[in-house]
Amino acid sequence: MQTDLLQEARRQAEICNACRYCEGYCSVFPALHQERFFSDANLTQLANLCHNCRGCYYACQYTAPHEFDLNLPKALAEVRQDSWESFAWPAPLARSFQKSGVMIAIATILGFAVLFLAFRALGSAGGEGFYAVLSHSAMVAIFLPAFLFPLASIAVSLRRYWKETGGTSVTLEQIVGAFGSAAKMKNLAGGHGDGCNFEDEDRFSQSRRLAHQAVMYGFLLCFASTSAGTILHYVFDMPAPYSFWSLPKLLGVPGGILMVLGTVELARLKLKADRSLGAPSAWGGEMGFILLLFLVALSGLALYALGSTAAMPALLAIHLGSVLSFFLLTPYTKMAHGFYRLAALVRDEQRKAAG
Amino acid sequence: MTSQYDIAVIGGGNAALCAAMTAAEKGAKVIILETAPKAYRGGNSRHTRNFRCMHSGPLGPLIEDYSEDEYFEDLLKVTGGKTDEKLARLAIRTSEECLPWMEEHGVRFQPSLSGTLSLARTNAFFMGGGKSLVNAYYRTADKLGVKVLYEANVTHLELDGDRITRVDYTHEGKSGQLTPKAVIVASGGFQADTDWLTRAWGPPAKNFLIRGTPYNRGVVLADLLDQGVNSVGDPTQCHAVAIDGRAPKFDGGIVTRLDCVPFSIVVNKDAERFYDEGEDVWPKRYAIWGRLVANQPDQVGYVIIDAKSLDLFMPSVFPPIKADTLEELAEKMELPADRLRETVETFNAACGDTSNFHPTELDGVKTTGINLPKTNWARPIDTPPFYGYSLRTGVTFTYLGFKVDENAQCSTDTGPIRNLWAAGETMAGSILGQGYLAGFGMTIGTVFGRIAGREAANYAN
Repeated sequence: MQTDLLQEARRQAEICNACRYCEGYCSVFPALHQERFFSDANLTQLANLCHNCRGCYYACQYTAPHEFDLNLPKALAEVRQDSWESFAWPAPLARSFQKSGVMIAIATILGFAVLFLAFRALGSAGGEGFYAVLSHSAMVAIFLPAFLFPLASIAVSLRRYWKETGGTSVTLEQIVGAFGSAAKMKNLAGGHGDGCNFEDEDRFSQSRRLAHQAVMYGFLLCFASTSAGTILHYVFDMPAPYSFWSLPKLLGVPGGILMVLGTVELARLKLKADRSLGAPSAWGGEMGFILLLFLVALSGLALYALGSTAAMPALLAIHLGSVLSFFLLTPYTKMAHGFYRLAALVRDEQRKAAG
Repeated sequence: MTSQYDIAVIGGGNAALCAAMTAAEKGAKVIILETAPKAYRGGNSRHTRNFRCMHSGPLGPLIEDYSEDEYFEDLLKVTGGKTDEKLARLAIRTSEECLPWMEEHGVRFQPSLSGTLSLARTNAFFMGGGKSLVNAYYRTADKLGVKVLYEANVTHLELDGDRITRVDYTHEGKSGQLTPKAVIVASGGFQADTDWLTRAWGPPAKNFLIRGTPYNRGVVLADLLDQGVNSVGDPTQCHAVAIDGRAPKFDGGIVTRLDCVPFSIVVNKDAERFYDEGEDVWPKRYAIWGRLVANQPDQVGYVIIDAKSLDLFMPSVFPPIKADTLEELAEKMELPADRLRETVETFNAACGDTSNFHPTELDGVKTTGINLPKTNWARPIDTPPFYGYSLRTGVTFTYLGFKVDENAQCSTDTGPIRNLWAAGETMAGSILGQGYLAGFGMTIGTVFGRIAGREAANYAN
């Protein structure tokens, strides 16, 4: 990891530790105040605990033009970004995609191309509905590895993270605590429940918290929809297409709508927010990732609406192409933050349990 | 814009904002003239962290009870009786209703900070500290239609008989005038004017650091005192504490405090000890040490501890100077090495049984046989590495201010000034004759800010 970024975070953390005014905002400060000296591992853990709510920045009496020049959200964002790049496997992929929206766009277009080529080369083998364009077995052949490889990659990264931050064996209680925190996005609530300071300087608002949860729960609903489809297919021998009153649709349609609304709002907030309070170099990659998620959700909804029209094959290629690149890029884009964040929250539960 | 505003509030900290919001809620048109730029708005309030509050039963973040009498007793202890009982009790009594009022106006509280558990019953901590309080109040004031002019330097208030008739100020290089119906002065003390401080205290004041805002230069205070407005408080005195000598000249705030003196020996630039470092627990002694350091050559002290004591106090903002030998430490701190060794050896030889050492209470572990004893926490400085900090005098506020009545109204020898009120640090000398009680400045500012806002609005309406 980059020593200059760690050194700057260390300098700032030492000032914060002598002040402590922000103790109630989030999980970062109680963890920070427990240390006296900050190792690289401490700083990596603090950086991944930080949700970039920015409450501490606007409350801080030492931000520029003060000579202490504190900007903890930025310092931690840069360490966090750097940690994801160095824990990723293979690391060069993270360096390409974390910071570059253009690279994400190129990967997405490549995803479309792969699907169009597959339609042409592999074809339907006599299936119906979507399978008339690409057979079910061809879809599985493409998506099963595209799903498993990122999971394996993430597993390697999380192992590295756990080793670096000194994590011990995990208990159910710690997992429940961490997931509870993520489920309510407690760390974007500001400690007082008024939300965070993101899009309008020091005004507290729930916008980012709500938008994030719309995307998160929308994504989980879509994921559940796909899983339900898989079970119906293999266990109950009920292949797609499914009617609206089926489990895949009842989960997937609201999920897609939540994701579309959430990503649009996240992008809007991101355009309004001050870029210098995050990792400025990663802005493009973050925005590219939001747009990719938007495309996944919107194309999925469009496919549902227009699945019986002539536009279906093209929409299917766009949807499956964007899903393919989304899956493959998961370890190397902002998507990885969900895994690291959960790991950091579990690690913080361990810290709290240890007193 | 001569008669556009009913009330001009001079200053932009807690007291000014409380006054402005209160007056605006009563329908007055209010303008705040804040001398700082937006990034530094809020005066010393931006460095505060809590509000001392009377309460019967749990209130907000506060636990148990804190009665009027206990609060007043605490005040008497720190002021040595130099307080106006009527005004003090008014501030104390009103503090209880202030807390919910503060919450209604956007302030959020948090549990007592780590390292401050002793204040959990008496002091309500602002979530994020004083700057977040200031931010919330500016947001609320804006919603109430209060106009704020940053970088507006008020240069003169024209006192004509028993009325203020005009406010002169400069803003963005241009002179301006206002003729509001009423004026509230809430622009703090004069501690940031080093020349004034030096005239009042003497030449050592040039070497003092100012813990808070560089914008409290006392311009309006001087202007009104020159015109015969009644004052209160010792004009030569300021509240000062011993802080990290490497702190910036201004605005170092809370982080520059050093809590390690009780576990140390403190020497001057000649490497001589000059006071009992273990006299009492640090919160009761840091103000004394501000004066002690001010009386040493070059107004500087040097704290020396060893490895045993490093984890016994709150972390410092800058890491301590570290050395494996006393000689190396002396060299790094520019102290005479022979002298320092001699002082440390003399001190060490006077230390006795340290088995009862207890860092958080008066443990009676003392020296024997030296002229200048250390009466608690006296352990030999003998375990390398050795650590050192320099200490300087850090000024918190000045005592000189406007004498006000229970309506926060100012006066001259001929009687009240009909349309002039004062709130916050600029009149705190009416209540705090000496010493300081943690969180009481914000109590005075909130209580008298609201009173001043109410009275000025009643007058203007």
